[in-house]
Amino acid sequence: MIKEAINYLSSPLFSFTAFIILFALAMKRIDIVGTKKFGWGLLIFVLVVFVWMVSDPVFFTIISLPDNVPIIILNGLVFWSTWYALYRGHQNDLRIEAGEGPIEGTPENREKVWAWPNLVYTELFAGILCTIFLIVWAIFLKAPLEEPANPTWAPNPAKAPWYFLGLQEMLVYFDPWMAGVVLPGLILVGLIAIPFIDVNPKGNGYYTFKERKFAITGFLFGWLALWVFLIQVGTFLRGPNWTFYGPFEYWDAHKVVAENNINLSEIIWIKMLNMGLPKNIFVREIFGLIATFGYMFGTIPLITKKWGQSYLERMGAIRYYIMLALILGMMSLPIKMYLRWFFDLKYILAMPEFELNL
Amino acid sequence: MSEEAKTSLNRREFFSFLAVGWITFGAATAGFASLIFRYLYPNVVFEPAMDFIAGLPDEYAEGVDERWKNGFGVWIYKKDGKLVAMSNICTHLGCIPTWLPAESKFKCPCHGSGYYPNGINFEGPAPRPLERFKIFRNPEGKIIVDKTKVFRYEKGEWNNSEAYIDV
Repeated sequence: MIKEAINYLSSPLFSFTAFIILFALAMKRIDIVGTKKFGWGLLIFVLVVFVWMVSDPVFFTIISLPDNVPIIILNGLVFWSTWYALYRGHQNDLRIEAGEGPIEGTPENREKVWAWPNLVYTELFAGILCTIFLIVWAIFLKAPLEEPANPTWAPNPAKAPWYFLGLQEMLVYFDPWMAGVVLPGLILVGLIAIPFIDVNPKGNGYYTFKERKFAITGFLFGWLALWVFLIQVGTFLRGPNWTFYGPFEYWDAHKVVAENNINLSEIIWIKMLNMGLPKNIFVREIFGLIATFGYMFGTIPLITKKWGQSYLERMGAIRYYIMLALILGMMSLPIKMYLRWFFDLKYILAMPEFELNL
Repeated sequence: MSEEAKTSLNRREFFSFLAVGWITFGAATAGFASLIFRYLYPNVVFEPAMDFIAGLPDEYAEGVDERWKNGFGVWIYKKDGKLVAMSNICTHLGCIPTWLPAESKFKCPCHGSGYYPNGINFEGPAPRPLERFKIFRNPEGKIIVDKTKVFRYEKGEWNNSEAYIDV
């Protein structure tokens, strides 16, 4: 009963929405999240739930695949490092509020040490430990040896390496040009551009949350909700035919899911106007063109007027508009996901004649 | 000449040594580069032939036929007196969809694109229908599928006389 409810609620629409709400709450109430009490409570809660989930045979089969065990370990590390950074930031925020300055700035923490032996020794031991870990991993979790490659056959489900499963999940909602080239390119260019866009010296050399609220929230949203979360969905919740399966649901290759998707042009011309698709593709896609250009350019003055004025003044026009373009690119992913879930929308702009589909 | 003078080179000897050295170095590098270049081309290519004889039209039942899928990457589809050859490459990102007879649809294992038996896309992210190949009959009446010529639905090419045969 509970398991069925979890299966139902872990469908992308519900679980992604819940994840975003929890994320927003966490960013709002950092005074609760950034305490040791919360950290321990969360750890115990997650461990108890995890042990309960592992006791289910179906869930255990999925997570005990050699490919998936390291992802479980990495989940723990992502959770821990995120919480730890927020905790340290919150501690410093309290100190800064009390007028004491960040803990990294105290005289005992400003003391300088030699790279040799202090740093080099640490690196040596870290290297040895990593080697041991990798050897143990290689011994106990064997890479599967499969049959020779066959260009006319694909395994079902065909999964990318785990670190690309977020991208593969993105591809469910986009044309390969968008989710395979444009958005990953934006991610890379955006990450490279961060130090040039973000010239705010606050937070350099010390943890803080309050002084860098927007930057931290924006980055963590892209990282946790749009990358880590999608990897979880792609790894644990996508089975044969890339159909969604709940964590306790048997991967039945014949599970039938109705997901007839239609393009925006079909929704408007056929369903709403009862006209049939126009012959000229630019007339056919006029609404998609309007929506795309409206989103890419029309929203900029609105956002600037409502939230961006102070950023525009502080950052300068070039940095500000580049940042806005990157954020709009990032937000196009959750927007498209919700459009798919609510309206079965396939493409806003569908021009397969030019291989252009958004 | 004394013994000592022989130990040093004059200008002409220096340049001849230099030339020998560079020629040897250049030849070794070129040889090595040619080995790398050769390595880029496989010894054996397991590519299916681009055209093949697919037997007589009577051998096919109504609906989707999978017999050429593993060898040539082609599904034969027969319906309403027309016989067509469909590519088995998903138009989304080039995976190989699975034919599900129970659900009567093609379903791609990579991102969940779905196609009707006639190749029209209806679910998942696939932007356009499966491509069709040139198909015709040879003088003996056998079907020939030629994968070098492709017919795309969104360009209105499926009604081309080479895109199907009447049976």
